[in-house]
Amino acid sequence: MADLSFVRTDMLPDQPAPLGETGVLRWLRTNLFSSIPNTIITIAAIYAVYFTLSHFLPWAIQPSWTKTSMRDCFDSVEVTGACWGVVTERFNQLMFGFYPPDQQWRIMLTVVLMLAAIAPVLFDKIPRKALVFSAIYPFLAFWLIWGDSVWAPAMVMAGFVIAYYIIKFLNPVAGAIVGITTAVLVAVIWWLYAVVPVSIFINNIIPIELDIVKSREIGGFALSIIIGVSGIALSFPLGVILALGRQSDMFIVKVLCVGFIEFIRGVPLIALLFVASTLLSFFLPKGTSFDLLLRVVILVTLFAAAYLAEVIRGGLAALPTGQYEAADALGLDYWKSMQLIIMPQALKISIPGIVSNFIGLFKDTTLVSIIGLLDPVGLTLAIRGDVDWAGILWELYLFIALMFWIFTFSMSRYSMYLERKLKTSH
Amino acid sequence: MKKSLFISTLAAAGMVAGFASAGTLQDIQAAGVLKCGVGTGTAGFAAPDASGYWEGIDVAVCRAVAAAVLNDKDAVEFVPLTSKVRFSSLNSGEVDMLSRTTTWTFSRDVDLALTFVGINYYDGQGFMVPKDLGVSSALELDGATVCIQTGTTTELNIADYFRVNGMTYEPVPIDTAAEAQAQYLAGACDVYTTDSSALASSRSTFENPDAHVMLPEIISKEPLGPLVRHGDDQWADVVRWTMNALIAAEELGITSANLESLAAGSNNPEINRFMGTEGTLGEMLGLEATWAAQAISAGGNYGEIFEATIGESTPIGLARGLNAQWTQGGLMYSPPFR
Amino acid sequence: MAMADQNARQGFRLSMLIYDTRYRSLTIQVVVLMGFMAGGVWLISNMLANLEALGKDLGFGFLKVQAGFEIQPQLIEYSSQSSNLRAMMVGLLNTLMVAVIGCFFATIIGVMIGVARLSKNWIISLLMSVYVEMFRNVPVLLWIVFSLAILSETLPKPNDFRGADATATMYLSESIAFTNRGFYIPLPVFGAGSMVVVITFILALVGVFFFGRWSKTRQEQTGDILPNFWIKLAILVVPALIIFFIMGRPIGLDYPALKGFNFQGGLKIGTPFLAILFALVAYTAAFIAEAVRSGIQAIDKGQSEAAFALGLRPNRTMSLIILPQALRVIIPPLISQYLNLAKNSSLAVAVGYIEIMGTIGGSVLNQTGREMECILLVMVAYLSISLSVSMIMNLYNNSVKLKER
Repeated sequence: MADLSFVRTDMLPDQPAPLGETGVLRWLRTNLFSSIPNTIITIAAIYAVYFTLSHFLPWAIQPSWTKTSMRDCFDSVEVTGACWGVVTERFNQLMFGFYPPDQQWRIMLTVVLMLAAIAPVLFDKIPRKALVFSAIYPFLAFWLIWGDSVWAPAMVMAGFVIAYYIIKFLNPVAGAIVGITTAVLVAVIWWLYAVVPVSIFINNIIPIELDIVKSREIGGFALSIIIGVSGIALSFPLGVILALGRQSDMFIVKVLCVGFIEFIRGVPLIALLFVASTLLSFFLPKGTSFDLLLRVVILVTLFAAAYLAEVIRGGLAALPTGQYEAADALGLDYWKSMQLIIMPQALKISIPGIVSNFIGLFKDTTLVSIIGLLDPVGLTLAIRGDVDWAGILWELYLFIALMFWIFTFSMSRYSMYLERKLKTSH
Repeated sequence: MKKSLFISTLAAAGMVAGFASAGTLQDIQAAGVLKCGVGTGTAGFAAPDASGYWEGIDVAVCRAVAAAVLNDKDAVEFVPLTSKVRFSSLNSGEVDMLSRTTTWTFSRDVDLALTFVGINYYDGQGFMVPKDLGVSSALELDGATVCIQTGTTTELNIADYFRVNGMTYEPVPIDTAAEAQAQYLAGACDVYTTDSSALASSRSTFENPDAHVMLPEIISKEPLGPLVRHGDDQWADVVRWTMNALIAAEELGITSANLESLAAGSNNPEINRFMGTEGTLGEMLGLEATWAAQAISAGGNYGEIFEATIGESTPIGLARGLNAQWTQGGLMYSPPFR
Repeated sequence: MAMADQNARQGFRLSMLIYDTRYRSLTIQVVVLMGFMAGGVWLISNMLANLEALGKDLGFGFLKVQAGFEIQPQLIEYSSQSSNLRAMMVGLLNTLMVAVIGCFFATIIGVMIGVARLSKNWIISLLMSVYVEMFRNVPVLLWIVFSLAILSETLPKPNDFRGADATATMYLSESIAFTNRGFYIPLPVFGAGSMVVVITFILALVGVFFFGRWSKTRQEQTGDILPNFWIKLAILVVPALIIFFIMGRPIGLDYPALKGFNFQGGLKIGTPFLAILFALVAYTAAFIAEAVRSGIQAIDKGQSEAAFALGLRPNRTMSLIILPQALRVIIPPLISQYLNLAKNSSLAVAVGYIEIMGTIGGSVLNQTGREMECILLVMVAYLSISLSVSMIMNLYNNSVKLKER
């Protein structure tokens, strides 16, 4: 009997998928041409991109990187659009302002060290000892940027150390109020009367000095970074206090905090910068004058603090009430519960907000050009004042926009990476 | 160790500063640096070069004053000021003097509590139009769109001018000169109006300067000069007479070339008084006897400064015109050094 | 309780101000208030002393002085002979105009981009991401100057419309012109009897409102859905059109025409206004798009699955299920974006749009030198705008908030 079987015993070989369902074609079909409206949109979008680029690129791609003046570009036959020579010639100025060229390594070192100083704050895996460096960093950065003797900022820092040890030893003995009051008093007296003679004294024995650089000489992106970073760093303590004050049960404290936050958030930054540049000195005793950059940093700090307070308030509000109640149930007092339970969680929630605040602040530093500081935008005015480059406009603005984009885009990507890294819930 | 910036900042923040200032001159001599407010970048008047060294006719005034007071033309801290903040910066003590293409007007001198101490450039507001517009007089501009730089006397002058002549215009007020110029070149306005020196210098930077003409009408007087705060006459005198010294030096034939030989003494008593070899002019001002010679050494006399910064040999190419010495038919006239 | 009683019996001691929780918060508040007031008094006395030393006084008399400069655009009548106060009001209205119109368009474009960013069309979602990242990461001041540059460099000059060899043309049968000095559109001219048309139109608006309510009740009762949009449109347009023709077309149009240096007649929307509007809208829309996207993504996937299970089509799922819930997440950031837009309009002076920062904070300040008073007025103006916007938006926010019981 013939072995008749209608059941196939071996498998058919795999057929290749239909042409429209594989590789590029499938991708194109599902992602670009899935329906008629979709197809129309796709084609319109491609045309829009082509249209923009076909007008922009011929203007932008020019062999003009080595030209030394506008006239040079006008006279040259092959240059018919952008005159990029200005970027080549003034690159250093746009980055560092008038910072002495042989000292510019100091700015770069400061920026590199900044990344090292931030790391332990953000990542738990780095040993806690590294936080000491983060604490020292602001003083170190100050010294690196402005120069002069290392002992002046070191002695200022010593004031904080003294205050810390007084609190540490006096608190258990005499109570928190006495301890903190003494510490603050001693520190203030130390700063006012001892820092100058002591640092001069030590400097005479062990002179460690860098060349003094005046604030006026700092400009370009270095200035933007200095204002942005110090603004956000200094505003942090104030922002936390304002956020807590806004949540407080104490009526007057709450009203003052809300008033401050709403006032700062309600007025444009240029009005505040204007106050910094011209009006602030009216409100201080006659003859008091301090650095414009410092005044700008103070006002920017206040500005950033108000925004930061709102971000942190959001973080505080997002915590379940159970956390507050649990902290109270453990018998922790207000500051302890904030320090140990509430703030660590609230700040973690607020990190994306804090970073986007920082990016906003960094972009807003361009407004200091309106009060005559030479940030990149302010420098464009100065560069145009040179007869060689009078009348140059878009090349500089485009370059600055590109640089800002690189800075802020990488920051926002970094913050997204951080967010994933810090995510503890699943 | 010099008292560092940080420490002085700290001191100020701690309100222990409180140095009762005797006067601006003494403060400058104590600090060793003159704080001079200049423009944020006006070709030929004030701008930093690629290495950050400030140049221009306004800057030269600052340098001359610094040289007269501190015997160092580089002992100047240049504070770039926008037109919005210039007067408040001067009033609040941010700068010691302002040399920033500022027009001397009645209300500024009287109401804003400022003291104008001289004129380093006589200017006037003019109009520039593209040649193919076919306009040959400002009186044909009825209904035109006009690019104006804001924050200056310009916008007041043009409002007055059009009103007087019964014409209307559409203002396009732009914050900075460079953007106003870009708007004008793009054809977003028919006319560009500002001080005629600025018009000439921006025309010189156009790709095709010959396609644009300046109209013959000059509709205002714009005497530009340095100024100081009200209430410190000694300091006002120092700046005023440094300015005069620059002008007088040109008249007397004192140049940076013959300065050395004339300093030894000459047979012209006015030159001798000027150079400090005779008389006590410097002492009267509270300065060294050779203050005027120091001022000239900074950048030469007025004529030399003019030629080096905005004169016909520079790309800006302005003729002396009103700014020639009075002996040459101009308005530059210094009171006698006696 | 026992402790408290004991304390009460012991009577009041000074140390209780610090250590007793009943008094401590009061102590802190009093100290804070005293510190605040002392600081305020110190600052103001310094200011008065400094102003006196300079020989200046504090006063608002300068507001009555003639301004002397021209402003465009002007929503209320103004000329160079008007007072500084009038100039300030013109500036304030210009600020409000750009802020209101800007918020309107920024919301529309922002929502569109936010939704489009989640599109399945790869090139669209990529382009929208590029758009958002491009605008969010570059300072708004630069966008404002770019915006002016693009308008003034790419659009034709009025002169290009002239003569036989004109390189540019007007659109819609010679009624609209896009030039680099502004957009010219026909301006309606209201003739005799035009009031009837306007009143009809207003009545139609009321009608649309009542129809909407009726239609909703009907839908809830019967489940039928009417083509609401088309019916509403018809109610709005048809009666007004009929009356318009019955009355003999009382509303005419004033067309722009090239005369002299510029187009004359019609309505001119100036380039400075367009430049600041485009820049602010494009910039703010990028932020709104992000808020919309994260709002939509915050809605649980189960919600849309449940909606599909109920048989709702994707469009209705979006408009009935997803967006109303997402709105709760979107509104708070939206408010702050509106406020940012209003504040960023203070940079308009960079492109020659004269608003409050350009009048009282700019030209007036420059001419009068009253920096203290002028900046105070600017701050008060912006503060009142910001506070009223956040008040209105907070009211709205409370009304859509999830009601927890």
